[in-house]
Amino acid sequence: MSVLDYPFDSAYILQKKKSIKKELLAKDKFIEKKVAIMSGSTIGEIKNILELFLLNYGIKPEFRVGGYNRYFEELMFDDGSLKEFGPDFIYIHTSNKNLENLPVPQDSADEVNAKLEKEFAKYKTVVEKALSYGAVVIVNNYEMPFYRMYGNKDAVAVQGVVNYTIKLNMMIADYIATKDNVYLNDINYLSSLVGLDNWHNLENWYLYKYALSVDQIPQLAFSLAKIVKSALGKNKKSVVLDLDNTLWGGIIGDDGVEGIAIGNEQPAGMSYTEFQSYLKKLTGLGIMLNVCSKNEEAIAKQGFTDRKEAPLSVDDFICFKANWEPKSINIANIAKEINIGEDSLVFIDDNPAEREIVRQSLPTVTVPEVKSPEDYIKAIDRAGFFEITSFTKDDAKRNEMYKQNAQRAAAESSFTDYTDYLLSLNMTGEIGAFSTAHCERITQLINKTNQFNFTTRRYAQSEVEAIIEDKQNYISAYAKLVDKFGDNGITACFIASVEGTNANIDLWVMSCRVFKRHFEYAMLDYVVGKCKEMGVKTITASWLRTAKNVIIKDFYESVGFEVTLDTEDEKRYILNIPEDYEVKNKVIDMEIV
Amino acid sequence: MNRTEIMAKLNEIFCDVFDDEDIVLSDDTTADDIEDWDSLEQINLLVAIEKQFNIKFQLADVADLENVGAMADLVEKLIG
Repeated sequence: MSVLDYPFDSAYILQKKKSIKKELLAKDKFIEKKVAIMSGSTIGEIKNILELFLLNYGIKPEFRVGGYNRYFEELMFDDGSLKEFGPDFIYIHTSNKNLENLPVPQDSADEVNAKLEKEFAKYKTVVEKALSYGAVVIVNNYEMPFYRMYGNKDAVAVQGVVNYTIKLNMMIADYIATKDNVYLNDINYLSSLVGLDNWHNLENWYLYKYALSVDQIPQLAFSLAKIVKSALGKNKKSVVLDLDNTLWGGIIGDDGVEGIAIGNEQPAGMSYTEFQSYLKKLTGLGIMLNVCSKNEEAIAKQGFTDRKEAPLSVDDFICFKANWEPKSINIANIAKEINIGEDSLVFIDDNPAEREIVRQSLPTVTVPEVKSPEDYIKAIDRAGFFEITSFTKDDAKRNEMYKQNAQRAAAESSFTDYTDYLLSLNMTGEIGAFSTAHCERITQLINKTNQFNFTTRRYAQSEVEAIIEDKQNYISAYAKLVDKFGDNGITACFIASVEGTNANIDLWVMSCRVFKRHFEYAMLDYVVGKCKEMGVKTITASWLRTAKNVIIKDFYESVGFEVTLDTEDEKRYILNIPEDYEVKNKVIDMEIV
Repeated sequence: MNRTEIMAKLNEIFCDVFDDEDIVLSDDTTADDIEDWDSLEQINLLVAIEKQFNIKFQLADVADLENVGAMADLVEKLIG
C-alpha cells in the first residue's frame, strides 16, 4: 500500500511531499504527459500534490502553470506559449471565487436569469477555447457558497446563491454531457464529501488566495489524478471476491446455506445485500466479477442459488474459483483465463492474512484494506478504481463478451485441428479506415491495450481525429469481429505513417479477446492491399518491450518480415511487399468498408 | 511543552517539509537561510505546524513572522 492510496492522510502527504516524490521517482517506467494548469486562484501546492498522485498512477507530468488568476486571459489570448507547450491535459482550476455574476437580494427573477446566462456563456467560451489546443480538458463545477443570505431558503429563492449554484452546475453538466474530451471535476460533490466547513478556509484565502483549504488539496489532487488515469486507460477492470464474511455473513461450510447472513431480515444481512447490489451494478458498467474462496464449489454456489435474497447469481461471475488452492494461485489463474493483466484486478477479502499473502505474492494486484462489510462499498467507491471518463457500448457488453470467450475455450478443446475450429466459429469481420463515428472506441482501445501492442504509444482522441483527416500520410484501420457466439465489436486498430514508398507501423493493437483467430492476418492483408493502392513498396515495423507485450515478440517474423535489429528491448523489421502477396486469412469473411 | 521541545518539533517539521535532514534551526533562522523557503513553502510550514501542535493561527498572527524564534513564540502562546 502506498501512502497515496485511499484512505490517505492528507496532512502527512503535505508535510512529506518531497520525500514521497523522491521515492515515487525511483521506481517504474512512466508514461509522460504534459499538463497545463490554468489558475483561477493559487495553484502552487495543487501542482505539487497532483504530481505525486499522478506518479503513483505511473504518469509523469510535465507542468505548465498559469499566472495567478489569469486562466481566462491565458486561454483566450494565448501569446503562443501555451500552444507551443502542447498540453495533453488542460486543467482549469476555477471555483465560486471566480463567479462574476452572482445574484443579490435586490435582483428581479429576470435579472438573476440574465446573470446565470452570462456566467454560463463565459464558462462555455473558456471550455471551447481550451479544447482548441487539442488537449483533454478537465474543468471544475462550483462548490456551494460559504454562507447563505436566506438560510435554508437560499436553495429556493431565485436570488439565493445556493439556488443559483445548483442551476449553474446543472447547465454545466448538461453541456459537458454533449462534449467529447471534456471531463468534469466535481468539486461540488467533493466539497460536500469533506464538508463545506472543512473545504472553505478563509485564512488560507485571505493570506494565500487558495480557494479551498490547503488541508483539502490532496483530496482535490486525487480527484484530478483519477480522471487523468481513467482517460489514459489505467482503470481496473475486474474484481475478485472472497465469499465467507465478504459477500455474505458467516461460513457457509460450517453454518450451512440457511445459516449465512444475507437478505434484509437482519442488519448484518442488509450490509452484505447492499454490497452485492453494488457489485451487480458494477457489472452493468462492464466490470467483471470473479470469486476466489476457500470452499467446496458445490456448497459455495448454494449461497447464490438457494438464497433468493442474494442480489448476485452464479451467472454474474466470469470465474468461480472455490477450492483449497492458495488464493494467489487462483487469482493468477483468473487473470490468465480472462486474459487481463494482474494489475487490472482488485481483490476484496475480509481476512487480513489472505490480503497480505496476495499482496506479497502478486504485488501488482490491488488489495484495499477493508474492515467490516459496511465499509466495502466505500473502499471501492472512494478509491476510484473504476472512475469512468468514457463509456462505450462495448463496455456495457464486456461481461457478455468474456462469457462468450469461456464458451469458445470449451468449443476449442473439442477440435483437434485448429483451422477446423476457427472455421467452425463462422467468423465475419469489418475493416476500414478510422472514422469519426468510431473515434471514441478507437482511442479507448489504443490506450487500454497492453499485450498485443507493439509500440505502446498512446494517443489522445484529438490525435486520432487528426489521423482521420490526414489520409495522405497515414494508413489507419479499425476492425470488428463477429462469430457464432457473439459480436466482439471493434477489437483492433492500426496506424502506419507513409513516407515515399515506405509505410512505418506506428501502432498496432488488438484486444486479447480475439488473439489467435487469424484476425491479425486479416488486418495485415488489408494493410498490404492499401499499401499497393498507394504505391508503397516496403513496410517497416518495430517491437518495443514492455512488461506485458512479450507474447508478440516474434510475431512479425512469423508473418514474413525480416529482422533488421534484434536487441533485448527492441526489434525492428522490414517487409518488401511481394508482387504476388498471398492473402493469409482464410477463415474470416472480411468486409472492407 | 517547553520552548526547547517546541524548537525540536519545529526542527523536525522543517526537515520534513524541505526534505533536508541537515537543517538546524535557531531563533534567528529566516527564509534567507534555507534555500527552498519561499511563500509557497511558508504555507506548508504553517499548515504542518497547525497540525503538529493542534492549534489554529489567526490571520493577524502570521502576517509578519520575521524568524523561527517568532514562530516558536507564537506556538508557545497558542498552546498556552
